[in-house]
Amino acid sequence: MSLLPMVATGASVRRQGKVLIGPVDLRLDGQGVTIVIGPNGAGKTSLLKMLHGIVRLRTGSVSWNCPVEEARERQAFVFQQPVMMRRSVVDNVAYPLRLIGVPRRAARAEALEWVKRIGLEAAADRSANVLSGGERQKLALARALIRKPEVLFLDEPCASLDGRATREIEALLQDAVAAGTRLVMSTHNLGQALRLANEIILVARGQIQEHRSAGDFFAGPETPEGRAFLRGDIVE
Amino acid sequence: MSELWEGITRAIWLVVTLDADLVEITLRSLRVTLSALVVASLIALPLAAVLAVRRFWLRRATIAVLNALMGLPPVVVGLLVYVVLSRDGPLGVLGLLFTPTAMIIAQVIIIVPLIASIAHQSLRELWSDYHDLLISLHTSQFQRICTLLWDGRRALLTAALAGFGRAIGEVGAIMVVGGNIDHHTRVLTTAIALETGKGEFALALGLGFVLIGLAVAVNLCIHWLGQTERTGRW
Repeated sequence: MSLLPMVATGASVRRQGKVLIGPVDLRLDGQGVTIVIGPNGAGKTSLLKMLHGIVRLRTGSVSWNCPVEEARERQAFVFQQPVMMRRSVVDNVAYPLRLIGVPRRAARAEALEWVKRIGLEAAADRSANVLSGGERQKLALARALIRKPEVLFLDEPCASLDGRATREIEALLQDAVAAGTRLVMSTHNLGQALRLANEIILVARGQIQEHRSAGDFFAGPETPEGRAFLRGDIVE
Repeated sequence: MSELWEGITRAIWLVVTLDADLVEITLRSLRVTLSALVVASLIALPLAAVLAVRRFWLRRATIAVLNALMGLPPVVVGLLVYVVLSRDGPLGVLGLLFTPTAMIIAQVIIIVPLIASIAHQSLRELWSDYHDLLISLHTSQFQRICTLLWDGRRALLTAALAGFGRAIGEVGAIMVVGGNIDHHTRVLTTAIALETGKGEFALALGLGFVLIGLAVAVNLCIHWLGQTERTGRW
């Protein structure tokens, strides 16, 4: 049974009395890439974390096409600042498999395949903490993809990466989409949104301002915030 | 000054000749301290991890009490263990008083708060690094604790090392509960106290230097283990 559709109804997240995001009504279905755009502090990260279920809802609900516990097992999240565990590169990638009881040898063998795929085989047995920013993000992506998630949330995975690293990450993301993974990703990079997006969610001031197909959005945003964002104006 | 020099030569002589009494006392010191260290680590490290990961009522109070207990006076601990293990005490039937086991119990009580507090500091930092990832991976509390203990193992070695240092140099509690009985419960620290009392300063100093050498050797071993991180081993 597919994990999707995901339906958020009146969902909101607050911290210390301040609404970070919501209330949000959103339906996520089908395949491809949903790109979340918006200014800093708009609530993009909170939206992704809320949908993934790692922050507590203040109001509303987020439901999947299966029980919530099962849904959590079938998703993954890549953070803007990748978390490097104090382990070797290959053990970092193998970690999610070890959590679900895959024997160490088999988990490492599969992880090594991923490490080769992301071009880090030379560093496979070195500590992950010595990797560069781009390498860390690739490792985080491999670690997220190794359990073949049906939905992958990515919080600005290419922030502060150079062109080459961004291209490598995007290639991995496109492979994941081709393999059937649904991506929900935030970015500040409009070029990246143009390259990858099937649909766009524009977030501003803790609210979803627009949720449309990428073609429609880039052809002509419906909201002043969307038009300002595309013009490159400052949106607050 | 001459006594210091004599102490050094006496220590070298005792070690070079592998003095039977010295070997026996040293091995007993190591056996008691390492046993206490293992037992205390088995209690303190998971406790530290639970305190880092779980949020529960009185958690802050538990941490405060643990920190306060780091300064527990060893003689008082010895006295309490003595009362509990004495013939009329609640555990007197076990007949543990004046045995190495009683010394281990006292040392465990002394070093558990120390190891747990230092370990908690390290694991709390590690947990703040790992928090989002482990929540996102939908890990159980048990998996989080195991992950923190494994990934924090080098920092935890330092905590264990502090516990070892406190235990190997401890004299008050083990004197009370062990009784410093020759060939039975005498260890390096109690032997030093005895020889000092008898005015045998050179021998006491000699034993002291052996004790220092032992502590330094264990420290170096653990330091070497910690360095293996650079080469990706362990």
